[in-house]
Amino acid sequence: MKLEEVVKILDATVLFGSDTEMEIVSACGSDLMSDVMAYVKENVLLLTGLVSPQVIRTAEMMDIKAVVFVRGKTPGENILELATEKGIAVMTTDNPMFIACGKLYNAGLTGKGVW
Amino acid sequence: MGDNLIKLHYEIPSYDLTYAGEASSSVKKVLVQLGIDPARVKKAAIAMYEAEINAVIHGNGGAADVEISSGRITACISDKGPGIPNLELAMKEGWSTASDEIREMGFGAGMGLPNMKRYADKLDIDTEVGKGTRVTITVDF
Repeated sequence: MKLEEVVKILDATVLFGSDTEMEIVSACGSDLMSDVMAYVKENVLLLTGLVSPQVIRTAEMMDIKAVVFVRGKTPGENILELATEKGIAVMTTDNPMFIACGKLYNAGLTGKGVW
Repeated sequence: MGDNLIKLHYEIPSYDLTYAGEASSSVKKVLVQLGIDPARVKKAAIAMYEAEINAVIHGNGGAADVEISSGRITACISDKGPGIPNLELAMKEGWSTASDEIREMGFGAGMGLPNMKRYADKLDIDTEVGKGTRVTITVDF
């Protein structure tokens, strides 16, 4: 699934990221960054309700190229600046975590390689 | 890169998660530039990042000393914190002494040390109550 399709499905707003052709093969929804680091195996889309620079740091360490903030959370300038510096796409959606994950799963993003 | 040894030193700030991870980020960049296998880079970056976060949230800050040779990376993260009274418990997934404030920042889930063990090829922990903790992470290339 291409990132532009993720944007459409979640009715998300892209705050940073020009590569909407990026291929997303799986996703991980978590507010705990250590759990993301413990269990995610492949490059994925990260969905989170946590708004902190550490979300971008975690994505950087994990080679995660795209992050969606759920529940309408909007990251501050410091987070966007860090994401821009690291080349990590940032989006925000009003969908809550469960619904956002459900919509993506239903569209075929089944988490292969994550668990 | 022959047998040249690269030595790096970083200061780790205390209780400020805004900048936590800068040392690990810098080390990751160096490893990528050296052309190290991305899977190895990721292992080293995650293990060091968890150690750096621990030094910030539990350890009152500290320092990271990193050595990179052709065969491995060794990252030594030392802090000035309270030390770990029960290392066996601290190594258990989910066991945590972190404050609610730390948990609100997405950490303190009791996965720090277990994650270091998961990703490091070798993990040494030297801790003394009242003095601090030093973790040494080795990842072979």
